[in-house]
Amino acid sequence: MNDRISKLRTQTLEARPTISVERARLLTEFYRRPETGGLSAALRHALAFKHVLENKAVCFNDGELIVGERGPAPKATPTYPEVCIHSLQDLATLNDRKKTAFASDDETRRIYAEEIIPFWRGRSQRERIFAAMAPEWISAYEAGIFTEFMEQRAPGHTAGDGKIFHKGMNDFKKDIAAARAGLDFLNDPDAYDKLEELAAMDAVCDGLIAFGRRHADKARELAGREKDAARRRELERIAAVCDRVPAEAPRDFWEALQMYWFVHLGVITEYNTWDSFNPGRLDQHLWPFYQQGLADGSLTKEGARELLQAFWIKFNNQPAPPKVGVTAEESGTYTDFALINVGGLKRDGTDGVNELSYLILDVIEEMRILQPSSMVQISAKGPDAFLLRALKIVKTGFGQPSIFNTDAIVQELVREGKSVADARDGGCSGCVEAGAFGKEAYILTGYFNLPKVFEITLNDGVDPRTGKTIGLKTGDPGSFRTFDELFEAYRRQIRHFVDIKVRGSNVIEKLYAERLPAPFLSVLVDDCIRNGRDYHAGGARYNSNYIQGVGLGTITDVLSAVRWNAYDRRRFTMAELRAALAANFAGHEALRRLVLDRTPKFGNDDDYADDLMKRVFEAYFEAVDGRPTPRGGTYRINLLPTTCHIYFGRMTGATADGRLAGEPVSEGVSPVQGADRKGPTAVIKSLGKLDHVRTGGTLLNQKFTPQLLADEAGLKGLKDLVRSYFRLMGHHIQFNVVTADLLRTAQAHPEKHRDLIVRVAGYSDYFVDCSTELQNEIIRRTEHQEL
Amino acid sequence: MTEKGKDMKGRIFDIKRYSIHDGPGIRTTVFLKGCGLHCLWCHNPESIAPGPDLMHWPARCVRCYSCVRACPPGAIAKDAAGAVVIDRAKCDLCGRCAEACLYDSMQIVGREMSVAEVLAEAEKDRIFYEQSGGGVTLSGGDPLVQPGFAGALLDACRARGFHTALDTAGLAPAEAFERLARRADLVLFDLKSVDEARHMELTGVSNAAILDNLRRLAVAGPETWIRIPLVRGVNDGQENIGRTIELLASLGRIRRIGLLPYHAGGLDKAVRIGQGQHFRRFEAPTEERLAAIEAAFRGAGFDVRRGG
Repeated sequence: MNDRISKLRTQTLEARPTISVERARLLTEFYRRPETGGLSAALRHALAFKHVLENKAVCFNDGELIVGERGPAPKATPTYPEVCIHSLQDLATLNDRKKTAFASDDETRRIYAEEIIPFWRGRSQRERIFAAMAPEWISAYEAGIFTEFMEQRAPGHTAGDGKIFHKGMNDFKKDIAAARAGLDFLNDPDAYDKLEELAAMDAVCDGLIAFGRRHADKARELAGREKDAARRRELERIAAVCDRVPAEAPRDFWEALQMYWFVHLGVITEYNTWDSFNPGRLDQHLWPFYQQGLADGSLTKEGARELLQAFWIKFNNQPAPPKVGVTAEESGTYTDFALINVGGLKRDGTDGVNELSYLILDVIEEMRILQPSSMVQISAKGPDAFLLRALKIVKTGFGQPSIFNTDAIVQELVREGKSVADARDGGCSGCVEAGAFGKEAYILTGYFNLPKVFEITLNDGVDPRTGKTIGLKTGDPGSFRTFDELFEAYRRQIRHFVDIKVRGSNVIEKLYAERLPAPFLSVLVDDCIRNGRDYHAGGARYNSNYIQGVGLGTITDVLSAVRWNAYDRRRFTMAELRAALAANFAGHEALRRLVLDRTPKFGNDDDYADDLMKRVFEAYFEAVDGRPTPRGGTYRINLLPTTCHIYFGRMTGATADGRLAGEPVSEGVSPVQGADRKGPTAVIKSLGKLDHVRTGGTLLNQKFTPQLLADEAGLKGLKDLVRSYFRLMGHHIQFNVVTADLLRTAQAHPEKHRDLIVRVAGYSDYFVDCSTELQNEIIRRTEHQEL
Repeated sequence: MTEKGKDMKGRIFDIKRYSIHDGPGIRTTVFLKGCGLHCLWCHNPESIAPGPDLMHWPARCVRCYSCVRACPPGAIAKDAAGAVVIDRAKCDLCGRCAEACLYDSMQIVGREMSVAEVLAEAEKDRIFYEQSGGGVTLSGGDPLVQPGFAGALLDACRARGFHTALDTAGLAPAEAFERLARRADLVLFDLKSVDEARHMELTGVSNAAILDNLRRLAVAGPETWIRIPLVRGVNDGQENIGRTIELLASLGRIRRIGLLPYHAGGLDKAVRIGQGQHFRRFEAPTEERLAAIEAAFRGAGFDVRRGG
């Protein structure tokens, strides 16, 4: 990378995340105006958004080519009091905590105490949500049965398609005007609501246009003062770019990147949406601009590379908004999951890999920064050369890009009812979540603790951690004569807790639709404009809600241990097992060794265990898939954990697979850490028995030591593993390439290893930023691999 | 394959999936017990004896003494310090201790498996063979020690369409060797030293029959890759390498050479089976020397790589 990029990279790596009060203050100022009180929720929110963009600081960093920050400076991170109001105690915790801290100064706290908290207390969505939840929801939530994504962050969870690369905000305004003109007040009872929503959409477009203009003005002002002639020309060019976008459609490569960036800032300023936002199929969207630029001589490959690198840095300047409580536990990371998709298929079903796909991989390798996340989509039609190029980056141990199966993604989306072209246009965002980019609201509602539900089953509805009855009375497990009876009890408990979760999510969905509409996101997602309906209210072409199952490996091994030892072999009784679990295996070492070492385990291509995995999958799938949501969508499952497997593990006592109380449960669909003993092909075979196509995403973590990948055979082997997994319709695989020794050194001397990025679960993170527990878990995983 | 072949039993000490250095592609390597050579640096000392071995891992022992109680001939006892000790002369390898030990501190190495059982294990990774151009490799020990079983297994693998490789040290009567080698798609032929006296000293046997078999293989056998374990000061000298190149060049058909630098991984295993005294610690050639050897082979027109 050149000097400019190198300086910008250093700047973003060294910037410390801070709390910026700017957005909260502007929002509060606007909401306090008496004349805004009578507006509809959509319009009030839209005008507040516009007010923020018209008045927030415009930040230019030295040497930048792509401009615009969410806060007043890199990593100055706004808060979203309308969603979640942080107390002074929260600010102190955020400031002081060791991991994913956000610094705040006295002035920030003063403004919070005097202006923000007094206005928003009682008005935040978080307070509404907890007040609206049923007692059984609260009990299950507190027990660690499930989490709730929307309790302090807005739904979001989507990605962009190609429309913003051939339409400017003024074009969207025309679409909005046409939709308004078409409203039928005589026959459509919702016409007025639609009018309000469309007015809100129109206002947010104006807000983003104003934000772009302010950057053009600022660039011109800086150019006027600039002594360096080369930089002056750049600033003039930036001014010209910002004159054009986002108001009008981009015409060249530079404008295209700047267009996306303004749109990205719009989304993450509107709300603290989950998984921020991402440009989706970046190599496809930019390809026409790249080709045209090279053809007419206005762009060189090196110029494109530099612009992409400058673009990359902008993502890294925006940490995920501050999280507290359970949300911080389930997603303990600065990364905001903007997952750049490269490769895959075109709408017409032909191979999408192009020259730019490879250039983007170069950029990923060279930048080596936390954000954005990156992934490659591998279709059966895609070249091996592309996969091998991606794996060469994986080999360097930086955890990116992760590898996805386009053919599985397309099948998953088509099964859910998307058109095949929309499915091919889609991909994965966040960790591994499949979606029809630019056309779908696919909301992750929370994680679901599969092993914990079995613990409740073993205790006849009681949570042994608290002694509270939170589940169904399904009977004393000692009274079940067969394993099938036990499994039936477990299935009923799953259904019970899914019912509680779904009921809560349906209320929360309504609260977002009515209280916190998202007109800006609605402009970006088809067919919200045409329907005159908000993204939060079912305006999108496709609407899905996900509940993410966690601990598939653990629950499979638990069931295998129970069935094999208590029912098939009669090595111990259920009463003996319960006594051992209650004692956390103390004094029951022999029993623990039996379940740890003498029992079939998931991940070894052993049908005994793998069939139980399939049974759990069916039970969970049946409980969730196909249920309706209030906005007209459908509940679906996917299987991923972020960092929730640590939190769920802490909430779950000792389990029958030999896991001690409080230890993490398995992550994603990966086998229990250390339980897979027959190598990667066996893991892949076991995972090939899972019906990925009936999920919206699964996450498989594989650990490799660098030695195993050192030579050509190692790299080719890895490529063939991936290809085979994808033939088995696996959804996603990612690789951690590290040695345990290195990790241990990094744990002891974090200051020397700030750049060490590891694959966690669906995303990469700085190792030193991971919790000690998570660090230990990654070390254990790695050690196991080295044996 | 005949029913008889399917039921034929052999002694296996390991089956390793995702082998990527024992022939082309992703392979399943089946390790057969028994070897005609006794190389002082052997990295699989538990492979040498044709029958089972008892492997003891003191580090895993929690001193519960269930092995002591379980041992019918009373070959296991605790010593004055409380450690478990095995009188190998008394041990009849019945395996009761391994069943009793919950900590895998006692293990029997080398179990009987039928051709059908091995095949079922190999079949599990078919998709990987097809994707990668891989297959099944018979290794050891040396499969030549169990020629009937190895032959039946090779035939069965071929009948299933698996690419087959035979990893061998080449010590057998010419006819027996040819009969087995013909049944594989690829032979991985281990060459320790071309000097007969040295060979005798290091492996306990003459290399005359081995070199003879190699020549025969080069004339009419399947594709052959040569694998050379390299041990510092033992067979990495100029003379041995020079003569090896000369020999291989004279054979005409040999192209591919794999250099396997020594590692000490076998020593611990030798101790665990009570054979520590029969093996020695060596050193791998220096990186410089390895590079020079590689260059020498490359210069002579061979396709040379490290690690198979």
